[in-house]
Amino acid sequence: MTTPLLELKDVAVRFGTQEVLRGVSLAIEPGQTVAFIGESGCGKTCLLKLIVGLLKPTEGDVLFEGKSLRAMGERDLTAMRLRVGFLFQGAALFDSLTVFDNVAFGLKAKGGLAAAAIRERVTERLREVGLPEGVEAKMPGELSGGMKKRVGLARALALDPAVMLYDEPTTGLDPVMTDVINGLILQTRAKRPVTSVIVTHEMRTVRDVADRVVMFHPLARLEPDEPQVVFDGSPAALAAAPDPRVRQFVEGRAVRTE
Amino acid sequence: MAAAPAAPIGLASVAADALVALGDWTAFSLRAVRGVFSRNLLVAEFVRLCLTVGLGSVGVIAITGAFIGMVLAVQSYGQLHQIGLETSLGGLIHMSVVRELGPVLAAIMLAGRVGSAMAAELGTMRVTEQLDALACLGVDPVRHLVAPRFLACVLMIPLLTILADIMGLAGSTFVCLRIYGIDPHHYWEHTRAFVGMWDVFVGLTKSVLFGGVIALVACHRGFHGEAGAQGVGRAATQAFVVSFIAILAMDFVFGLVANSVHDMIWPPNGARPA
Repeated sequence: MTTPLLELKDVAVRFGTQEVLRGVSLAIEPGQTVAFIGESGCGKTCLLKLIVGLLKPTEGDVLFEGKSLRAMGERDLTAMRLRVGFLFQGAALFDSLTVFDNVAFGLKAKGGLAAAAIRERVTERLREVGLPEGVEAKMPGELSGGMKKRVGLARALALDPAVMLYDEPTTGLDPVMTDVINGLILQTRAKRPVTSVIVTHEMRTVRDVADRVVMFHPLARLEPDEPQVVFDGSPAALAAAPDPRVRQFVEGRAVRTE
Repeated sequence: MAAAPAAPIGLASVAADALVALGDWTAFSLRAVRGVFSRNLLVAEFVRLCLTVGLGSVGVIAITGAFIGMVLAVQSYGQLHQIGLETSLGGLIHMSVVRELGPVLAAIMLAGRVGSAMAAELGTMRVTEQLDALACLGVDPVRHLVAPRFLACVLMIPLLTILADIMGLAGSTFVCLRIYGIDPHHYWEHTRAFVGMWDVFVGLTKSVLFGGVIALVACHRGFHGEAGAQGVGRAATQAFVVSFIAILAMDFVFGLVANSVHDMIWPPNGARPA
């Protein structure tokens, strides 16, 4: 049996008295593209931050290649993070830096690359995400939402990550741009052996790119002994899931009380 | 009856929270100070910050310093003139400016102008996940962002204090000599007799402490603010209020310590160094 690339073991997260995650256990194999779905506030973004060590679980453990994040020192944690690319919801571009410096940031911080090599890599990544030439000198404030997402993706891909984490990559974008970003996620996966975790509300993204779907339910509406993961399977099985909570989400229906 | 123990428990939990916050701030500060010695300190960013902190504050500190000198002269003249001691105004005002008002005013202006702006800037970076993005790209946000801000404040504040001192002296001298016509010879003689290098040293040393605390409090508030625009605003306000109280409390403690050290080096019955 191979070690999963990412593993969550009985993870719980609490902020003060607010419980966000409880008893979540998941294993993600190398090369998988997993979509985390669920209503707002069910802790999906929290899960991404747990995976990359930005958030520490209140209980339980997170493992990267079988190694516990709790046992990692600062240096190991940094080395692990350099192997993970994170596309943030609002792209989180550094607004005091140009597009070029944003994409080059990780490469410069890591060191060991000549200026020419960095330039070449940045140009290549910007082309890969379909940004026109001349965008390098722009400041993030001058870009549209879709372009920011693309720069964010180029920045995350600059270090050739083994794992890509996408936090709501298509939220707030028009349907055409949603399709473009979905295409980029597929293209990213086709070009390199990358494991992807996508947090999304968009059923279209799930159908187009994921080969496994995990659905979470907000703890506030669960009984104390009910599991938080209400579905774990393929996108095809999701459509046929008998659980009313899953069907309601997939079909996008609100519960109306007469 | 049941409600009676609530007050001590409430108080204890407030005290416990305060201790936890202080411990958190100390750990944060140690990490930032360690970052000053890291070879990854960004020179260009540091220079930009020095210009913002230092050059950007020159105008406001010069004006505040000059007015404080003038106000002190106007306030003290009436009283000293009645007992014929107006020539000692030089010593009196210059001593207060160099030891107390220069460093404290420069620090308060810096906390208001630079500290709250730093908290708002870093708070916004936190809200827009830029701090998380830094960590994901293998860079410690505390070392990367706080260390240069700390260093810029610590290095710039003594220069700003010297400016506040000079403007305070200029303001009081203008009022005393030009407006009240005090004899310049006696005015300067008293200054020379009262104000020594020790006073300048005490003033500048505490200004360095103030500068460091302003930067560390402001950055800590920015890093640990609450979500949303309101959270950023609150972080900026808290940065100013907390640094303001810290400056005054430290000024008091530092004054006591400085006096004891002075008495240890030069016992009170001995001659005072000029």
